[in-house]
Amino acid sequence: MGLHEQLEELKAKSLHEISSTDGLKRLDAIRVNVLGKKGPLTEILRGMRDIPKADRPKVGELSNRVRDNITAAIEEKRSELEKAVIEKKLENEKIDVTLPGKPVMQGEPHVIQQIIDNIEDLFLGMGYQVIQGPEVETDKYNFEMLNLPKDHPARDMQDTFYITDEILMRSQTSPVQARTMEKHDFSKGPLKMISPGVVYRRDTDDATHSHQFHQVEGLVIDKHITMGDLKGTLEVLAKELFGDRFEVRLRPSYFPFTEPSVEADVTCFNCMGKGCSVCKQTGWIEVLGAGMVHPNVLRMAGVDPEVYGGYAFGLGPDRFAMLRYGVDDIRNFYQNDVRFLSQFSKKG
Amino acid sequence: MKVSYNWLKEYFDLDVDPKVLAEKIERTAVEVDEVTCAADGLKKIIVGYTLDVQPHPDSDHLNVCQVDVGEDEPIQIVCGAPNVAKGQYVIVAMHGARIKDNVKIKRSKMRGEQSNGMICALQEIGFEEKVVPKEYVNGIYVFPEDSHVKPGEPVYNYLGMDDNVIDTSVTPNRGDLFSMDGNAYEIGAIYDKVPVLHHRQLETVDQEIDIKDLLNIKIDAPEDVQAYQMGIVKHVKIEPSPFWLQVRLMTAGVRPINNVVDVTNYIMLKYGQPLHAFDYDKLTTKEIHVGYSPKQTKFVTLDGEERELRATDLMIKDGDKNIAMAGVMGGLETEISDQTKTVVIESAIFDPIKIRKTARYHVLHSEASMRFERGINPATVTDALNEALQLTAQFGQGEAVKDQLSPVDPNPQSVEVTLDLTRINHVLGTSLTVEEVTDILRRLQFTVQVSDEVFKVTVPARRWDIHIPADILEEIARIYGYDNLPSTLPTGSTTIGRLTTSQQVIRGIRELLQGSGLNQAMSYGLTTAEKAKMFMMQESEETKLDFPMSQDHAVLRMNLISGLLDDVAYNVARKEANVALYEQGRVFYRTADVDRPSEVEHLAGAITGSMVTKSWYDKEVPVDFYQLKGIVALLLHDLNLEESVSYVANQTRPEMHPGRTADIYLGDHVIGFIGQVHPQIEKQFKIPETYVFELDLQALLDAPKRIQHYEPISKYPAITRDVALLIDKEVSNTEIVAALKKKSNHHLEDIQLFDVYSGKHIPENKKSVAYTLTYRDKHNTLTEDEVNQEFEQAISELKSTFEVEIR
Ligand SMILES: [Zn+2]
Repeated sequence: MGLHEQLEELKAKSLHEISSTDGLKRLDAIRVNVLGKKGPLTEILRGMRDIPKADRPKVGELSNRVRDNITAAIEEKRSELEKAVIEKKLENEKIDVTLPGKPVMQGEPHVIQQIIDNIEDLFLGMGYQVIQGPEVETDKYNFEMLNLPKDHPARDMQDTFYITDEILMRSQTSPVQARTMEKHDFSKGPLKMISPGVVYRRDTDDATHSHQFHQVEGLVIDKHITMGDLKGTLEVLAKELFGDRFEVRLRPSYFPFTEPSVEADVTCFNCMGKGCSVCKQTGWIEVLGAGMVHPNVLRMAGVDPEVYGGYAFGLGPDRFAMLRYGVDDIRNFYQNDVRFLSQFSKKG
Repeated sequence: MKVSYNWLKEYFDLDVDPKVLAEKIERTAVEVDEVTCAADGLKKIIVGYTLDVQPHPDSDHLNVCQVDVGEDEPIQIVCGAPNVAKGQYVIVAMHGARIKDNVKIKRSKMRGEQSNGMICALQEIGFEEKVVPKEYVNGIYVFPEDSHVKPGEPVYNYLGMDDNVIDTSVTPNRGDLFSMDGNAYEIGAIYDKVPVLHHRQLETVDQEIDIKDLLNIKIDAPEDVQAYQMGIVKHVKIEPSPFWLQVRLMTAGVRPINNVVDVTNYIMLKYGQPLHAFDYDKLTTKEIHVGYSPKQTKFVTLDGEERELRATDLMIKDGDKNIAMAGVMGGLETEISDQTKTVVIESAIFDPIKIRKTARYHVLHSEASMRFERGINPATVTDALNEALQLTAQFGQGEAVKDQLSPVDPNPQSVEVTLDLTRINHVLGTSLTVEEVTDILRRLQFTVQVSDEVFKVTVPARRWDIHIPADILEEIARIYGYDNLPSTLPTGSTTIGRLTTSQQVIRGIRELLQGSGLNQAMSYGLTTAEKAKMFMMQESEETKLDFPMSQDHAVLRMNLISGLLDDVAYNVARKEANVALYEQGRVFYRTADVDRPSEVEHLAGAITGSMVTKSWYDKEVPVDFYQLKGIVALLLHDLNLEESVSYVANQTRPEMHPGRTADIYLGDHVIGFIGQVHPQIEKQFKIPETYVFELDLQALLDAPKRIQHYEPISKYPAITRDVALLIDKEVSNTEIVAALKKKSNHHLEDIQLFDVYSGKHIPENKKSVAYTLTYRDKHNTLTEDEVNQEFEQAISELKSTFEVEIR
């Protein structure tokens, strides 16, 4: 058998062996066996010296081609086998993607905080400052500066916790406004503020009463503030808190620190104005009190009522939260049941 | 006030649906609580006449009545009322009738006797018991003769039940709306109608007697009495008042009593002027004094209650004997009784503040005191008295003494207020014309003079709430209608709205704590005396309420933790074992020399149970000190404080576990603490193992912050060395780290603790700890040799400081 035939035979044999291999190790062994220094190809080529010189290039070319063919077959087989291995591995790595994820603990802001933040952000955007003040106040700032002299019948509207005759738990956050108005330099521009915070009233705690609750009061004082501005502002607020479909109506009311004084109702969220038990069939829900700042209040704070005027409004985040989320017991807000607290996701 | 629609119609033609009227009142004047029509929902309730009443053969308390109900034949009704008798006009609910609470009346047999309906008490057809005449409270109602009822006719019209009653909630400034006259003026302004007042004059007079021979009055406290008048009616026969008056009172929510008392109540409803009637014969001295009687401390009021008087309660006296608490309530002794013959009627105005104080102190908010507190129309004090005297004489068939005593004449004064059109439109944002404003003021029946767009408004005395331009502005705005105001936003120079740095930081802290798994809690600022002073971070006096509603909320808190522990207890009691809460709020510190506490922002947290809950993935890991410390450390790190934070064990906080508590220092100052609640306190609060922290948030906000700047990231590699030590248990991590650092230079970048172990295979009193030390030169590559040398130095320093075995 000549070299030519030997090479062809080797090639046929090797290719058969390669194609029938089913493992990477075996494939490697074939490669070493066939193509290695001690392998048959080398052996065959060693026989080159026995053939005529003129035939050598031809045989050489053939042997290179055989080598290339075998190498290519091995590589092809290798990638085929490797792919199978990876597939097998991935198959084994399969997990149940429907199992729940690893729990991540996440706390929530208190629902009343969320409403306060919401209101703060709205008014910050309209150029208001957020100003806090003391919770233990003097009679002067909580009442007298707000046009509520001692023994004024309107003091009955907010029964107050006293510490001494002159010192009390603030019953509203308006004293913050009185304090701020007194300090504000009106030559530097208007005063636009809201004052959120805790207030206290002599009330026995039950489903709808709490001796502690929250208020956000707003105040704007400038040279050209109208009651129309108040109405517009309250509409923006109602729409922010309840939604665009809600309307606001103003009704006359009485607060010693404003005149005219109004109460603002919004469309009942429950029946959208048709009338239901929540709104006592009126279609409206009372949500805040407001008015044009009383000249006496301006005067007492050292502001000239002939030059300056403005509006004030106040609302209760506790009541808002009760309305918005249908919370039927105000005590929920202060008992801090984690099942209650974690219900109010701030992103929703 | 309960405003009767039918009564209103006597002032002017009124042709509006009562519900519409109520809505209009609410949008223009005062809030309306409800509009009711007593007949609504009732059916087949008619007048009956008892032709015959016989005892039921099988019952000792039932009667079998033959009742004329306007049909051809009388019907038989079995009635159990004790006062049923032959010859009465009564209320009959027929077969198929609906009475109160939608109860249906059906034909039935009662102990064998056919009953074709029910004879009713007023309460059974919806009247409140407090308005039912006393004699009919425990039985059926019997129409008086002057009711002129006819059997078979519905009762509603007779009893005023088809009237609509608008119940208004009168604000403190609108005392004028506590009268029908006032309401008529108000509704007249809304609908542009002029009310016709029916003020009756005094006619039936006894010309013979001079009132001064009967009675004298001395005003001992003139500063508290703005008007005081009395009149006398002689030969009065006390009996029920006319039926129409009784109906009117019941509709207004007032119980008819007798012709004299009913007249005073009627006049009060009509004019808003409270009156009081005394029995003349019970007065011994015939000299009335209005003033104080500091020596008498006990007084029995009309309601039978004995009151403990104060020296500051304004009294009406007979000589020096108290007979009434002025403006609040009369005395039992001089009240009008069936035997009264001569009646003294008082019409007065007392100082509102005096009345308010007395009413509040004695918790005696009567119809009279409510009106005196809000003010009385000085223009009708005399009118009211005259009409009362006239009606008393008329209904009691007596004669009024011709003159009245008036030691203090009422002084009705109109008020003049000036304002201009520009001001009105400037404040309201409107563009009203002179004509429009004038028209509104005319409708209110204020007198107006206009010149050059300036309004000179004369306000009658009946609107004593109006004094200044702002008051007139409000009148214009509400009559014009708030719905008609434009909707705008403030113009003028812009202002920048932004949170202060502290407000921003507090928001950030809240976010961080929530992200760490803690829910925000809000607890009460007022707590018990005991809880207020637990977990104190500084010495302080307690701040107490003067008159707390309950001992649970009597003292201002000086810590936040006790509130959080209450919250933990609340949750644990409801089987919520895993609780992680934080609260940001004020605590109140006070020094002995001041009454008003200072307020300090604090931040506190409490965790119990587990923050890594049991799942298919993880085992439940109970909370511990280090879990909470990790959160606090992250929080303090995030604040970027200039001074360094350190934790120092403190065994002396009484409410904290002595071995598991650390004070938190910022530089040299304690700014908080962290640890486990003392097991005894846990027991007291009924809570399991709980870890807490409290921080002086104000101090953290005020503390200097580091200026942040970029730290270049070194391109040279770090080399690490690990060391494991066997060391005395008592040596703290802080001490070991300090020793490792002591002799090291700036190449030592970081020391990380990666293992702590004690127990098996470790000698008692020892622990095994392991650290990774990281070395880096920012400008060069460190060699192994350099690192080895520095590491050895650190270890040898450690060895020279403590008894330590390197493992
Ligand atoms: Zn509704």
